[in-house]
Amino acid sequence: MKKITIPIGPQHPALKEPISLRMTIEGEVIKDADIRLGYNHRGIEKLAESKTYIQNIYLMERICGICSHSHTTCYVQAVEALCGLEVPKRGLYIRTLVSELERIHSHLLWLGVAAHEAGFDSLFMYTWRDREVVMDLLEIISGNRVHYAINTIGGVRRDISEQQKEKILEGIEFLRKRTEYYTNLGTTEPTFVARISGVGKLPKEKAIELCAVGPTLRASDVASDIRKDDPYAVYDEIPFDVCTADTCDVLGRVVVRVKELIESYKIVEFVIKNLPAGEIKIKAPRKVPEGETVSRYEAPRGENIHYVKSNGTDKPERLKVRAPTLANYPATIEMLKNGFVADIPLIFAAIDPCICCAERVVELIDVKSGRSDIMTFSEIKRKYFCEKKRETL
Amino acid sequence: MIEKLTKWARLKSPWILHLNTGACNACDIEIVDALTPRFDVERFGILLKATPRHADVIVCTGPVTRQTKDRIIRIYEQTPDPKFVVAVGACAMSGCVYRGAYNIIGGIDQVIPVDIYVPGCPPRPDAIIDGIVKLLKKLEQAK
Repeated sequence: MKKITIPIGPQHPALKEPISLRMTIEGEVIKDADIRLGYNHRGIEKLAESKTYIQNIYLMERICGICSHSHTTCYVQAVEALCGLEVPKRGLYIRTLVSELERIHSHLLWLGVAAHEAGFDSLFMYTWRDREVVMDLLEIISGNRVHYAINTIGGVRRDISEQQKEKILEGIEFLRKRTEYYTNLGTTEPTFVARISGVGKLPKEKAIELCAVGPTLRASDVASDIRKDDPYAVYDEIPFDVCTADTCDVLGRVVVRVKELIESYKIVEFVIKNLPAGEIKIKAPRKVPEGETVSRYEAPRGENIHYVKSNGTDKPERLKVRAPTLANYPATIEMLKNGFVADIPLIFAAIDPCICCAERVVELIDVKSGRSDIMTFSEIKRKYFCEKKRETL
Repeated sequence: MIEKLTKWARLKSPWILHLNTGACNACDIEIVDALTPRFDVERFGILLKATPRHADVIVCTGPVTRQTKDRIIRIYEQTPDPKFVVAVGACAMSGCVYRGAYNIIGGIDQVIPVDIYVPGCPPRPDAIIDGIVKLLKKLEQAK
């Protein structure tokens, strides 16, 4: 049969963000897939070099609107390590609390999107309704629904009162009941299970070989979680389990995330009940001593890595972000191969893609020759900036 | 007669297209949030459509990146007249924190005309709904 290449995106009903996928299909079966990036590339890493460390917290937050706390925590951890700051316990507990609430909101959001892609819109509406509860909790704590801006270098910016603690516990109790209902629904509803089981297979060896991260990796039966493997903040003091599934398909990814929701509720309750008294932050120096460091963080989508190099001034010399979605791309292409066209949105949604996180390097593919180049920042600048300089900025 | 009918239909049920031009996802999830049970814009007849050819209103989020610029213009041209553009969030208005980055052109109004600006980083879903309802008044005056 003749092979056909179909482009999907950058503006496509199945995608919420601009990305372009190129599928080579034979009949209904996908033979090859190619992901083209760059629609969402903003140049944050370069921009970060011209801003101070404090300004960069807010820039890092805006790498992604869903895992905003992940990026700021990862960044401030790196800067704190460079300065040799000892963050007060209470600050670290509040940071952990917000990061778990963020995980809850992100996983509920994902569950809804996955259900929507599987054609189960009532579950989508249910999870998004319940997600409002955790959004309210985040608003109570930080004052904003999405970008919390709770982190600062040396601790957190807002304390938690007794009233807020009660509200959080109430909210978690409600969510726990709802999640039990979802667990029941997601694993027993025959039409939903039939739609997602066996789709987007990623065997264990392949998952390790292609360096998948986060729930995608854990759904392939690999118990890897930065919170356990390389504990940051106060995760070494908190009891929780790493959730895995052995089905290696979209069903497994649903199961892992629903299990993680339950674990996150446990962590939030533990944090609230064991919140130590004391200061929430310490004063940080404006200038950061010379050095370089790498910080790791388990974001809702997987391992997030920030590399910071300082040259002794108040601005970083280099800041590199490796977001979890980028690490999951090779695995996604593997999952798409030999699948059906109708499964593309489902498989793609199953890695919980966050395009805006992943847009770090631009890969340019020549359509005519099929040649692909990875361009450095300076090359892009030369090629695109000089060409378009005459246009109004 | 037909004109009157289409205008009435547009007012009662404006169809929107959600266009991400390089946003950080925050405004995008707040827009989707506005469609879900707590805020539920469907009660105003507002429906999210997948293609620009079906849409009356383009809801833009995010600063304009160099790579999406041409696509935005293409999508704008594909939308049938009369068309309206809502810029949601500080980035879509001016570029927000990304101002000065090499791949950012600026707000949406640098590329296509904008009718309503909704400020916030990100704006709450209620603010987005308020923006769309204010746009309905503008729709009324349009031919």
